[in-house]
Amino acid sequence: MSTRGKADAEGMSSRAGPAVAPSGVRKRRGPLTWVSRDRLSALVFLLPLLLIFGTFSWFPILRSFVMAVQYTNLVSPATFVGLGNFANVLADPLFGTSVANTAYFALLALIIGYPIPLVLAVIMSETRRFKGLYSALAYLPVVVPPVVAVLLWKVFYKGGTNGAFNSILGGVGLGPIQWLGDAAMAMPSVVVEATWAAFGGTVIIYLAALLSVPPELYDAAEVDGSSIWQKIRYVTLPHMRGILFITLILQLIATAQVFTEPFLLTSGGPANATTTVLLLIYQYAFGSSLGGHFGEAAALSLMLAAFLGIFTAVYFWLTRSWSTTS
Amino acid sequence: MNVPFLTRGQPSAPQAERGLVSAAEWRQRRVGWTLRVIHGATLILLLIIGLGPILWLAKAAITPTQDTLREPLALWPNGFDLSLLTQAFTKIHIERYFMNTVWIAIGSWICQITVATTAGYALSVLRPRGGRLLYGLVLATLFVPSIVVLVPLYLTVLSMPIVNIKLVDTFWAVWLPAGASAFNVVLIKRFFDNLPREIFEAAQVDGAGPFRLFWSIVLPMSRPIVGVVSVFAVIATWKDYLWPMLVLPTVALQPLSVRLPTLERGIQLDLFLASLAIATLFPIVLFLIFQRMFLSGGALSGAIKG
Repeated sequence: MSTRGKADAEGMSSRAGPAVAPSGVRKRRGPLTWVSRDRLSALVFLLPLLLIFGTFSWFPILRSFVMAVQYTNLVSPATFVGLGNFANVLADPLFGTSVANTAYFALLALIIGYPIPLVLAVIMSETRRFKGLYSALAYLPVVVPPVVAVLLWKVFYKGGTNGAFNSILGGVGLGPIQWLGDAAMAMPSVVVEATWAAFGGTVIIYLAALLSVPPELYDAAEVDGSSIWQKIRYVTLPHMRGILFITLILQLIATAQVFTEPFLLTSGGPANATTTVLLLIYQYAFGSSLGGHFGEAAALSLMLAAFLGIFTAVYFWLTRSWSTTS
Repeated sequence: MNVPFLTRGQPSAPQAERGLVSAAEWRQRRVGWTLRVIHGATLILLLIIGLGPILWLAKAAITPTQDTLREPLALWPNGFDLSLLTQAFTKIHIERYFMNTVWIAIGSWICQITVATTAGYALSVLRPRGGRLLYGLVLATLFVPSIVVLVPLYLTVLSMPIVNIKLVDTFWAVWLPAGASAFNVVLIKRFFDNLPREIFEAAQVDGAGPFRLFWSIVLPMSRPIVGVVSVFAVIATWKDYLWPMLVLPTVALQPLSVRLPTLERGIQLDLFLASLAIATLFPIVLFLIFQRMFLSGGALSGAIKG
């Protein structure tokens, strides 16, 4: 209270005295003490933030913790059920399936989707002509709205002999594949579509990172007689380490929350082969058969968020010594 | 008008900076040719992968009925038919869903810009007591996966706390939550932090109050960052699927992204593909206009957001 009064007095005195405070003097609360004295105007400017974040961010985050320990069906008043929702989720046979499917999706996306942008970016950064054309072409799939991309690929994946991919295979005498209808093929098909839709963004990030490799290092490596491969191995990749670690964890976090692709391509089928954790959350809350289980949905959301938080912390802890960019 | 442009158009000097492969290595016959082959192959691959599906969609949109079904990979259409595109307007009224998307984008944009600029101004320039704590609370939401808020947020728009208003089935249900983007607030606040303080002090001497300072000084100076946030806001709306699908069950209010999947079951394939092509056109035009922004690190922030 006393400090506030002091600040006020300072504001008053500076106002009464010379109009501008000497620029060398920095007051504790920024140079504009005369404005911040006007708390009302600051509050007015913060009002949109407080209202919007309060209602649509902070309140729902807190509410998810409350909902996770309640039984809510929107009709009768919510009742406290302790960890019952968590127990229900863990006992659901679909829980294990969805976790395994999500892990499988993340693994496939890692194998198929992670190396492609890096290889492309290293090749593209060495082109001497049409640099812009290369990156524009790589980025084009990112521009296509995800829903359109998924629906377009669904057409390509059509199971009959006249589906686009199957007619390519038919051209070389292979046979129609049930890309989305076969339980073993469905997940790889979903991952290939998701990779197509996302690789361009990562390519652009890597291209920017490649520019930051100091050319002197390449010069030095050549003086030591390095081949192109050795330069990639000992100069380029070590320099990309920091960004590679970041994109890896970002990709893992994103794949753990995959929804649109499996939802629209396969609706989780066939035989729940592509039911991811997010699809299960959706089914708990909004599905036609399971729907209305908001408590279970909140519980599973929190479990996923907690897992991602721990996973990210462990990841950064494990890689702390070798992920620093120099 | 074009004078500065002309001077820029001079043949550029040989690139001073070098990449991975040295000029000497390029001159070696074996290395040079291998690289050329790799680059050519990459370009062809990118043409097939990046442009191919989009060209295929464009072709399907103007190909006579049944042609796409019979021969999906025919390179040239058997004729040229714009009736599918007109049917997309007359039969399924794609313009309605297009306009819904536009309205949702405009509203979300206004909400995001309002929240981000006022909050950025208050936290960066006015710096009220508790501002740092508030900024911390905003930052904290960046680390909460969006899935955590999905279900409680849905229940919130179903019945707003305290005032008990139902937002579901109105555009407000998409507009208002879009404003709660911590990413925007951080971006704008950082930008305001870097504006020269002397200008604010000069405005203060000239007698500008906090509102005048915001409207006449800070906002005009922040045009570049507001532009960046705006483009991302529009793109995010165009891409969003799950949330508008949940809160806009009435078909007449749905944006393209929500309407298209339900169309798939109801209409024949060629008309459906024509609708997909129309829905893709706008983002591609936007990309071609703002190409430089997208391809110079703008994608980085997009990746973090997604």
